[in-house]
Amino acid sequence: MNEHKIAVYVNGKLIGQYYDSGEKLLNLLREQRRIGRLSDQINFSYNPKLKSFYVNTDRGRVRRPYIIVKNGKSMLTDEIKDQLVKGEINFKYLLDNGIVEFLDAGEEENAYVALTEDEITEEHTHLDFDASTIYSVVTASLPYSNHNLSVRNTMACSQTKQALGMYVSNFNIRMDSRSHIMYYPQVPLVQTAAYDFLNLKKRPAGQNFVVAVATYYGYTMKDAIIINKKAIERGLARTVQFKTYKITELMYPGGQKDKFQIPLPTTSGYRGEESYKYLDEDGLISPEVPVSGGDVIVGNTSPPRFLEEISVFGVTEEKRRENSLSIKSGDKGIVDSVMVTNGIDGNRMVKVRVRDIKVPELGDKFSTRHGQKGVIGLIVPEEDMPFSENGIIPDLLINPHAIPSRMTVGHLIEMLGGKAGSVDASIKDGTAFTGDDFESFKKVLADHGFDEYGEEVFYDGLTGKKVKMKIFMGVIYYQRLHHLVSNKIHARSRGPVQLLTHQPTEGRAREGGLRFGEMERDCLVGYGASMLIKERLLDESDKATILVCNQCGSTAVHDYIRNRNYCPVCDSTDVSIVEVSYAFKLLLDEIKSIGIFPRLITSDKAE
Amino acid sequence: MRGKKGKFIVPGDPVGTIAAQSLGEPGTQMNMRSFHYAGTAEAVPTGLPRVIEVVDARRTPKKPMMDIHVKERYAKDEKKVRKIANNLEHVTLHKIAGMMEDFDKKVILIRVNPSELKRLGLDMRLIRAKIVEFLGNKAKVEQRENKVRIKFSKKEKIINIRKTMNKLKLLHIKGIPRIEKAMIIKEGEKYFIRTGGSNLAEVIKLPEIEVGTVWTNDIMEVNKVFGIEAARNAIVKELKIIMDSQGLPIDIRWLLLLSDAMCKSGTIQAVGRHGLSGHKAGILARAAFEETMKHLVNASIKAEEDKLSGVTENVIIGQIVPIGTGIVKLKFASGRGTQKAKK
Ligand SMILES: [Zn+2]
Repeated sequence: MNEHKIAVYVNGKLIGQYYDSGEKLLNLLREQRRIGRLSDQINFSYNPKLKSFYVNTDRGRVRRPYIIVKNGKSMLTDEIKDQLVKGEINFKYLLDNGIVEFLDAGEEENAYVALTEDEITEEHTHLDFDASTIYSVVTASLPYSNHNLSVRNTMACSQTKQALGMYVSNFNIRMDSRSHIMYYPQVPLVQTAAYDFLNLKKRPAGQNFVVAVATYYGYTMKDAIIINKKAIERGLARTVQFKTYKITELMYPGGQKDKFQIPLPTTSGYRGEESYKYLDEDGLISPEVPVSGGDVIVGNTSPPRFLEEISVFGVTEEKRRENSLSIKSGDKGIVDSVMVTNGIDGNRMVKVRVRDIKVPELGDKFSTRHGQKGVIGLIVPEEDMPFSENGIIPDLLINPHAIPSRMTVGHLIEMLGGKAGSVDASIKDGTAFTGDDFESFKKVLADHGFDEYGEEVFYDGLTGKKVKMKIFMGVIYYQRLHHLVSNKIHARSRGPVQLLTHQPTEGRAREGGLRFGEMERDCLVGYGASMLIKERLLDESDKATILVCNQCGSTAVHDYIRNRNYCPVCDSTDVSIVEVSYAFKLLLDEIKSIGIFPRLITSDKAE
Repeated sequence: MRGKKGKFIVPGDPVGTIAAQSLGEPGTQMNMRSFHYAGTAEAVPTGLPRVIEVVDARRTPKKPMMDIHVKERYAKDEKKVRKIANNLEHVTLHKIAGMMEDFDKKVILIRVNPSELKRLGLDMRLIRAKIVEFLGNKAKVEQRENKVRIKFSKKEKIINIRKTMNKLKLLHIKGIPRIEKAMIIKEGEKYFIRTGGSNLAEVIKLPEIEVGTVWTNDIMEVNKVFGIEAARNAIVKELKIIMDSQGLPIDIRWLLLLSDAMCKSGTIQAVGRHGLSGHKAGILARAAFEETMKHLVNASIKAEEDKLSGVTENVIIGQIVPIGTGIVKLKFASGRGTQKAKK
């Protein structure tokens, strides 16, 4: 008897023991749930190795539906399917009548699931709705993903999430802090079943490009793509970027307030009349005004930091501070809309949305739904693009070398499917495992006078000569990804420095420099290029001049009144002027702050 | 240092940096590849883990190993080599016998496995003799066939029986301590012995083996037995083996340089905080590396002076680093109108 003892857990808590077979208990309880005696949200699982039976009723379990299989037969019979199609019954009916049930991760371990109805045997307990339901929401939207390596599908998923499209249709009245909307988004020619369920047709994020797999001189090297200039001018992959700036009229203790206005010339920090030229009388900018980095879009003044500042003349005057909202450096655009409202704390708030049209340019990133990403390497005038003997000029060229090593066969099938879909004016089904067969595309293409494998005779656009090889051309869904050159381009010669270290700032937003780091330094050390190291790390960075006392080695100071250098420690006037990095001066100060007295021992430079 | 085509390394060339880069860059590739083999049955560290082991100067390697070649005249004789190998393997009592203590009767029962006895060519008399020799007059030893019964006096404390038992388990029967396993490997016509575990000092005393060809991967042991020069060569050899096994071509001069640096003090110093980098001359250089506060405070207690002779120090203060073009200095001797360059 003891041998068969099974521990029973409810929501992970041991509640007792069961003295019969665990499988029996599992079947019994499942049956009770299927006929509706137990809630359909309870899941059971049995682990024969651990002799443990688990009942789970708590929240947060990920569950998914399966069709129940009994004695080798699917409970979703043709009869029921008919009723479903007619709309006589719904999903709830299936759930209530033991045709479909939800399993959680634990109960899945006790299930034997068939992927298709044909493969059901006596042993199966469940049937999946469709083989492609093993995929996640995003993966299910990838066409022919069963023909690709899994890593490519993973990459395609993350790239799909970066695609620019029309993610909402009310973008015109939204104030998202940052958003992109595509000008002419299209639904893909090759779709999957998930497109219907996920409403992806209403939120397209890409366009169908005519793509030829060909090189174009050296410009498709390393996944670069060639784009037809005319196609771009026709609006291919064009997007608009919306960026919203926000400012609130703050209240300060003592009843003082910010004020939206064109700042008066007496305001401290006044930027000059020129800066406020776009502002209306209320201090706000008008829509449709072109603005760029540094331009004031909302004039704002704040009350003085300290009450009754006493000026040189001894009278108290209220001097407000300039605190305007301006466009970030590097940004540009046209003011799209200005919204005045109240913030959550009741203060007046203004939001200004700036729009900027992003025409595809050199370096913008594109990707298909097969993890084949690339950046624009060259924009070619239409007359210079290669053209087929029918006179078709591709929108885009992709390097043939991108295909074999990555084995994205799905990419090629989608190209063929897209081509077939565009000649017979139909949407093709690229659902994994169950989608349209590529043999069917061959027939469609042949019927419409194309090569059944999609290869066509091409002519070089520059020389007019026939290209020796046939070139594979098709139509494939391309996504524009939100890594736009215009939002990333950055260079600096001179610019701002950090307050603490006197070294150049970091990052594009702060107009920063590019870090010359430890490993880069080591490279110069390896070359023995000492002078260059000094230039990078001192002259072009945080060069500082400090005074050092020759007597005691502490830092000396300059007395402007008597115009002399002296040491505040030992009063000596024997002082050297030394060039060091400001970071070193800072280090000395910090060493002093921990109670250590660092002395600099000076000697003559010539020695 | 003389290069391949008889050229000299120029004074001021930063050989240390170049060595570090020459070893470090292939190291990154090694890292990525060799961890794919993780989980294989014999987990002898190769690749980056082994490089770290060597460079960190660990006291013992994770898997000590020896290759022992026998004298030329035995090398082709498989039986002879196997016999030598069997004699190497360290055998302790609990490896060949089941042992049990009975605290009521105050006895220890030992049942020796007869097949093990036969395999190792031992007999019970020898084992009995070893036990008797170990126990002295602490207890009485009775032996019948393959069973040994050790009888303590009735007043013996239980704790003493347990202590004796634990020591008996490790009783040396034959072989060389620390050699866990010895197998023979055929190489062409000849055979040699590879052992798991290493004991250089004892192995080289054996008359049948060729002392000059004994190899161990335990560098500290090489240092102890043969001295620092041998250890220096051992480091080079170990690193070269790893690099070759990974298919990474590295000029041996960089390994020589690294090895020299590690051995320059007469003992093997690790690369890193507790070794070379922790013993740099400059305070700033040490403080910049690791344990900044410790170095600053210690330096202030001793009123140390930083001569600013290293690369790191000069980068910190913003002076020309004394390397390459920066090592050259001009000196003027003033007076009498003549200028002559010193140094
Ligand atoms: Zn002084």
